[in-house]
Amino acid sequence: MGESRWGLWSAIAFVLVAAAIGGIVPSYDTGLLTQVLIYGIFAMSLDVLHGYTGMPSLGHAAYFGLAAYVTAICSMKFGWGFAAAGAAGIAASALAAALFHLLALRTTHSYYLMITLAFSQVLWSLAVSWTDVTGGDNGIPGVMRPSLGSWLPSVSSTIGYFYFVLVIFVVSAAMLYIFVTSPFGYALRGIRDNEMRMRALGYHVWAYKYFATIVSAAFAGVAGELFMYFNNFVSPSALSVTVSAQVLMMILVGAAGTLFGPVLGAGVFVVLQYVLSTYTDRWLFVIGVIYVLLALYAPQGALIYLRDQVKARQRRSAG
Amino acid sequence: MKPLEIRDLSRNFGGVRAIADVSLSLEAGERRAIIGTNGAGKTTLFNVVNGQIAPSSGEIFLFGVNVTRTPLHRRAALGLARTFQITSLFRNLSVIENMIIAVQALTPAHFVFWRRLAQYREVLGRAETLLEKWRLTEFRHEIVRNLSYGTQRQLEIVMALAGEPKLLLLDEPMAGLSAAETHLATDIILNLERGITVLLIEHDLAAAFKIADKITAMDQGRIVAEGTPEDIRQESSLQKIYARGGMRP
Repeated sequence: MGESRWGLWSAIAFVLVAAAIGGIVPSYDTGLLTQVLIYGIFAMSLDVLHGYTGMPSLGHAAYFGLAAYVTAICSMKFGWGFAAAGAAGIAASALAAALFHLLALRTTHSYYLMITLAFSQVLWSLAVSWTDVTGGDNGIPGVMRPSLGSWLPSVSSTIGYFYFVLVIFVVSAAMLYIFVTSPFGYALRGIRDNEMRMRALGYHVWAYKYFATIVSAAFAGVAGELFMYFNNFVSPSALSVTVSAQVLMMILVGAAGTLFGPVLGAGVFVVLQYVLSTYTDRWLFVIGVIYVLLALYAPQGALIYLRDQVKARQRRSAG
Repeated sequence: MKPLEIRDLSRNFGGVRAIADVSLSLEAGERRAIIGTNGAGKTTLFNVVNGQIAPSSGEIFLFGVNVTRTPLHRRAALGLARTFQITSLFRNLSVIENMIIAVQALTPAHFVFWRRLAQYREVLGRAETLLEKWRLTEFRHEIVRNLSYGTQRQLEIVMALAGEPKLLLLDEPMAGLSAAETHLATDIILNLERGITVLLIEHDLAAAFKIADKITAMDQGRIVAEGTPEDIRQESSLQKIYARGGMRP
């Protein structure tokens, strides 16, 4: 449990540094940082499944994109307020996960990976073809950020939205932190390591997995909505397998099974993409190479690698 | 009330009868060993009693409750615990985390997701107490996959005790242990309180004879003999079975 304390302090430091940097850098960079936080929430949500429960999903964009669409449709077509549209989006993602997993929990490991991929592709093709509601390939443009009320600062500016996202990020991270360090969270780790022993000990494994997927989908939905408001726009690409694969890579790069490794992975991914794409159109290739190097030399993820390096250095200086 | 009663239990795998018409009943507090060569159906019997696989026919009663169709996590709630022949732990977690997961399983805390585990002092305390009692405290922060095989086998038993079971199934607790470790494991089992009924599968016949009040011998899925260790020693049919299997009682 000393490890989670290490994680907690680095998380607090991260938030303070992010808050300070976000306030002083040019607005484009503030936008990048906003994206890091949004993808951070998304990656943490997937890590609840992948890292903690051992359920590798290649379709997590389904919940990300679904919440974004539902929120956009509710606010644009039905004129719902921010709270109602936001809650509807999260509820839609949670409900989709609840229904889908009545079937999907019959599979494990790579079969689970395949069925989640299939599910997200179904939603993607629905978004492309149901043009009356989703706008098809054009998506739904012009979704304005809400007014939070006259007593709160506006989120229409880049910096205002950054601080709004930061608050949601901190609240989400705190909730997920409690979730993964709760008795329930420890049961998930047990399921990841040895499902049969868990059942023999008296755990109703199915119920744990089922609830974990719903929680995971809900937070993916939060990230999807923030992303949609960030761009004022949602299109089928939010549901695409590319997004699912990217968020999976963020986890693997950062360190699966830790809550804040995925946030680090999200940061690496977003910043690298930005930096590399100013130099070359082949930036995806470079990211691929970096990923391969990480897989070879830091297979447990960058966060664990860095922590081990720090520990080794401490041991050397102590001894 | 009998902790375990099995009536005419059979389980087929395709054309193979892994266990055939097995009837068995245990008295409260009894220590019973099941012996037999490889393939005699001992582990299959455990898996059926435990609920991991369903029987083809027959009935199982735990503490008077018919559990023949009850899912295995509910059998655990009735007071049944087991260990596995092939060590079955949470390999990527520490010893104390393994114990915590085992301890909290049957407490009201187990489905709580809105409070941190660190706040459940009684769960943590009980995990620590068990480690201390079975002399595993020095390993508490070790990751399980880094432990020696003997220590893993020991943890395997202690984890089964975490839920305060009333009936304990031990599947070859001494398998692969050194002589010294076998001695320690035998001690652990002999020191279990008599409130726990124990059914164990054991290849180490010396250990089985030392621990058990009564012995059941199985061969090719059937029970071939049952009695006190002295009775079994005399049983001539067993000599033949073990001679075939290359072992002697």
